Amino acid sequence: MARRSSLASRIFPFVFGLVVGAGVLYFFLPGPPQGGKVQTAQQPGAKPQPGQQGPAQPAGSTLAEVRARGYIQCGVSTGLPGFSNPDDKGNWTGIDVDFCRAVAAAVFGDASKVKYRPLNAKDRFTALQSGEVDLLSRNTTWTMSRDTSLGFDFAGVIYYDGQGFLVKKASGITSAAQLNGATICTQTGTTTELNLADYFRGQNMSYKVLPFEKNEEALSAYDNGRCDAYTTDASGLHAQRLILKTPDDHIVLPEVISKEPLGPLVRQGDPQWEDIVRWTLFALIDAEELGVTSANVDQQMTSASPEVRRLLGTEGKFGEPLGLSNGWAADALRAVGNYGEMFERNVGTKTPLGIPRGLNALWRNGGVMYAPPIR
Amino acid sequence: MRWSWTDPRMRALVWQVAALAATLVTLWYFAAMAHQNLARQHIATGFGFLDNTAGFGVVQTLIPYSEESSYGRAFLVGLCNTLLVAALGTVFAVMLGFVVGVARLSTNWLIARLATVYVETLRNIPLLLQLFFWYFAILQPLPGPRDSLTLLPGIFLSNRGIVMPAVETTPSTAAFVLCLLTAIAAAIFIGRWAKARKLRTGESFPTLIVNAVIIIGLPGLVWLIASAAFALAPPVMGKFNFEGGWRVLPEFLALLLGLTLYTAAFIAEIVRAGIQSVGRGQTEAAHALGLSSGQTLRLVTVPQALRVIVPPLTSQILNLIKNSSLAVAIGYPDLVSVFAGTVLNQTGQAIEVIAITMAVYLIISLAISFAMNLYNARVAIVGR
Repeated sequence: MARRSSLASRIFPFVFGLVVGAGVLYFFLPGPPQGGKVQTAQQPGAKPQPGQQGPAQPAGSTLAEVRARGYIQCGVSTGLPGFSNPDDKGNWTGIDVDFCRAVAAAVFGDASKVKYRPLNAKDRFTALQSGEVDLLSRNTTWTMSRDTSLGFDFAGVIYYDGQGFLVKKASGITSAAQLNGATICTQTGTTTELNLADYFRGQNMSYKVLPFEKNEEALSAYDNGRCDAYTTDASGLHAQRLILKTPDDHIVLPEVISKEPLGPLVRQGDPQWEDIVRWTLFALIDAEELGVTSANVDQQMTSASPEVRRLLGTEGKFGEPLGLSNGWAADALRAVGNYGEMFERNVGTKTPLGIPRGLNALWRNGGVMYAPPIR
Repeated sequence: MRWSWTDPRMRALVWQVAALAATLVTLWYFAAMAHQNLARQHIATGFGFLDNTAGFGVVQTLIPYSEESSYGRAFLVGLCNTLLVAALGTVFAVMLGFVVGVARLSTNWLIARLATVYVETLRNIPLLLQLFFWYFAILQPLPGPRDSLTLLPGIFLSNRGIVMPAVETTPSTAAFVLCLLTAIAAAIFIGRWAKARKLRTGESFPTLIVNAVIIIGLPGLVWLIASAAFALAPPVMGKFNFEGGWRVLPEFLALLLGLTLYTAAFIAEIVRAGIQSVGRGQTEAAHALGLSSGQTLRLVTVPQALRVIVPPLTSQILNLIKNSSLAVAIGYPDLVSVFAGTVLNQTGQAIEVIAITMAVYLIISLAISFAMNLYNARVAIVGR
């Protein structure tokens, strides 16, 4: 019979587990560990200076990497009509996709130099943190915690949205205030779960939330009657109502229960790349204000207006500090048009989504779209 | 052991310590590097987030939880949900697996073929697809709450799951439970005494009847004298769904069904292999001694088969527990869905959250495997 050494073999896995566990836990101990390259102490909250940056990501490294690689890796959704959606041939369209193309045009002068990475709501932040994508343009809400503790910087707002509800017409519900006690389907890993909790707590109503990993599963569960309502951003509700079995049986409730400013974001710590993304967005909005479109961009080069000439690079050298050519904004506009064109082409009233400009109109037309000047 | 390089045991010890030290240093180096890189990218670190307010709702909570609870509490909620489905799944899968495994060896042609078809179908289809099948194809197309199917009077099945009356306690509940426990203890004592007396004197005692009278009669007396020990609170149809009552979520049902049926197919094969490993001579010898078929199975075959069954059975139980993390696909709020899903996304602290989640699965699995190894040591052949 085997000798009684089984006690040792039984204990071994525990010892091994403890060792591995201890290793994983070690770096959470207070204070940076000694040895290796010691991090320079930084003022809390202060932007790191380029000289102080560690070797992992010095300023300008993203642009250099992108140039060396020859294309931009852009994180988009797995399929949201009007924002980022692949067709049957694998061509991506949508306002978020157009923004990726605009950045590619600004950097390379060629809007086709983009590779899209479809990302789940749950996986998108890890993909950006780990450097799998250079830019996340995926209907992502700008919130304080995402900006401050996830290690990101938002470049601006490309679409002002708000969370709403989709219900079946047959239920007779016409207002979110009638949803007391309802079961609500949504996608996990989004701000919607939190807004939902806040809204129902604030209204002193009860609810049950059923979060699914994929949007399609949440929508299917709602369509099958597992939930009384489906919730996501209002733009998404309009888009997703169209893919239900019979769209006309469902209505979007009038209430918008949250502020969802959607915008592109980049990793914190590379101010140059952040500026490129931010000012590409501003240039698209400024262009609409100045009346520059994809059709007239070449005529406008010789415009008398100094604002237009600065935007299009015929006056001043505004591309150089970004590490780009001075015609960066003109290239972007030639590829995707100005913000208004992007909006109308992808989600506007002439598209199946039929979303009016509303909040997303220019400031002088009653909206809140307002970009700082190029000067 | 001598303190000398020429002693092979000493040399072995030195090498082992060196290997251990190298492993530790490597792990420490990776950890330190991760810490530095996170700090450089301005990503929050540490476990302080566990005390922050979670702010989101969970559809099934076994322990008190609200939106004001902390992330740490949300972690416990997810853990309890995982343990619930894993524990019930293990019990059902082992029971069903034993039945199907024995059925595969049945001399009844139909039973044996049915068991074979079951095993070959279920173990050859990916579990995720089976979960989708149970959830999206079977449970969701059920009628809505207003047109619920009535399983038993007061128990309803709809696409919102199973709803049944809640069992509530009354003032006489404590007395009832106490009497029931006393009656069971008395029954066990009587059973032992009767068996000992039969061995000693050969006289029989009507144990079954006497014990039945004690177990039913004693608590029944309390019920009659005092009042009903339990009250039923039936669910009431609200605006959207039944309100009150006890409910079983369809997500839970689908996950439990999928895990049980899938794992039972594997366990059935293990049980069949175990029984077939017991020599035919054992069965023949038992029959020759005058044991009935049932007694042969219970007293001769199964105890020997267990030695073959237990080690691979442990692996199947561990698989079931880990497979329960597929819950996220069908919206059941398990540990992975609640903690490694929603909490991870809200805090963004991927390394901490994933480390905790992995540690939890590791600890659960090691604990199960430790318990099963102890059991295995008990059923193993005793060396003399």
